[in-house]
Amino acid sequence: MKTNNLIVNDNGVPRELKKRREKFRLNRKVFSYPYMLFLLVFVVLPLVMILVNAFLVDGQLSLGNFVDFFTQKTSLQVLGNSLLVGLVTTLLCLIIGYPVALILSKMDSGKILVLFFVLPMWVNFLIRTLATKTIFESLGVSMGMGTVVFGMVYNYLPFMILPLHTTLSNIDKSYAEAAKDLGADEVNCFLKTTLPLSVPGIISGITMVFIPTISTYAISELLSERTIKLFGDSISLKFNNDGAWGVGSVMSIIMLILVIVSNVLINKFSDGSTSNKGRNIW
Amino acid sequence: MKKNFAKTVSWIYLAVVLFVLYAPIFCIILFSFFNTSLFSFSNGFSLEAYASIFTSDKAPELWRAIGNTFLIATVSAVVSTILGTFSSIGIFSLGRKTRRLVENVNQLPVINSEIVMAVSFMVFFSTLGFPEGYLQLFIAHIAFCTPYVVLNVMPQLVQMDSNIYEAALDLGASPMKALTQVMLPMLRPGIVSGFVLSLTLSMDDFIITQINKGTTTGIETLSTFIYSDARVKGMEPFWYAVFSIIFVVVLTLLLIMNLKKVSKKEAKNEKV
Repeated sequence: MKTNNLIVNDNGVPRELKKRREKFRLNRKVFSYPYMLFLLVFVVLPLVMILVNAFLVDGQLSLGNFVDFFTQKTSLQVLGNSLLVGLVTTLLCLIIGYPVALILSKMDSGKILVLFFVLPMWVNFLIRTLATKTIFESLGVSMGMGTVVFGMVYNYLPFMILPLHTTLSNIDKSYAEAAKDLGADEVNCFLKTTLPLSVPGIISGITMVFIPTISTYAISELLSERTIKLFGDSISLKFNNDGAWGVGSVMSIIMLILVIVSNVLINKFSDGSTSNKGRNIW
Repeated sequence: MKKNFAKTVSWIYLAVVLFVLYAPIFCIILFSFFNTSLFSFSNGFSLEAYASIFTSDKAPELWRAIGNTFLIATVSAVVSTILGTFSSIGIFSLGRKTRRLVENVNQLPVINSEIVMAVSFMVFFSTLGFPEGYLQLFIAHIAFCTPYVVLNVMPQLVQMDSNIYEAALDLGASPMKALTQVMLPMLRPGIVSGFVLSLTLSMDDFIITQINKGTTTGIETLSTFIYSDARVKGMEPFWYAVFSIIFVVVLTLLLIMNLKKVSKKEAKNEKV
């Protein structure tokens, strides 16, 4: 009689209880279904629509939009400007940001000090950009490529410092000590141990500055008195003012490919330890 | 001697970078007390700029924009947090392949550039003939906030000792009770940080709102209002005052939050 009530399985858990558990574990999947539907409708479908639009000209399937984009002088100029501003900004951020991250990683109070370098990024970028613009105006600096690059560096420097600092302060100090014990001087020790070990941080810093710089909207417009258009500005113009959805879609896809490629790069180099930290800042 | 020199240079370098980072912010705050639109002291010290937040003809629009910002942020953060938390629990118990797929799609809004997200929403809404207005903005904001909630709750689920939950079931709790009284409390840190992050991201958003607010609705959030007004009419003293308040509020809030976090972490480390 007793055994009838408590049929015990291998793990010593009554079968009935286990059944109930398993049933619920199965049921818990249901919780993800609404969100899967949501993602499908509001994230995947809109991107698919962009993809479709890129191949549509007057309702007909065609590659015309791609041809248009790569042959129009204005759009090639936008592409060139974007790459130029993006490269210069990324390089400057790296040159300015790496020493900051390196110094901070060697300090005891570095973890707190780094906060002060990333705090400004939580103020809306429009406000910061307008503030920089006002400084330029009151100093009588003429707006152009220089001011655009300054604004970009100013805006995105924290995005470079943060991943670099995370990587650099996670490097085991004994590597550098070992290098020094084995006779490397300060410079060699940095070049042969610290720098190679910080490559994941450099990669994620570069993509976190480069992608937003070329895709940003409004910064270059504000800081160049509308003379320099970057990819982001151009995409929004194509959709809103020109009504050229096709070419706009082509540009969006180029942007999307850039984003995905850079993410694959980050993941490849960082084995997942730094890639998310940068995005989920706090 | 050499070491001291290197240290001094390092400090000077940090100070210079910090100075440049904060210069625009301090300038705006300083000149907000001099009622000027281009940095000058000629008008003398006054609080007129701050008074204009209430008296200027832009004031009603500003307050409406602030109201909208908070409305959109609150609605989308609440919905995102609920949706994100429950779907994390669901995703966590999916099979490995499906889970990977869903997590990858979840990553899309996080890595995608905002402008592409924004125009994809616009194409989607206008192709399907969505009515312009708050609904569009709610959906768009929920769509880019929820992934961050999932990203914050997931690690908590991974860390969680599933035996505790099972123990609750063994001790006779109904699955619902075990969920609400055992599991959710254990996930709380992730849920809270997901909520706060959603709130901040939504309030901070400019591009997605600007492109999806519609042309006829007249809905403005703080950032789109700043863009449409300050860009066209320039930085009037009014904006100096508004920006100064935003700077002070945002920076102090974040400083307090983060210093608390750092000291908590340090306390934890010391214990270990």
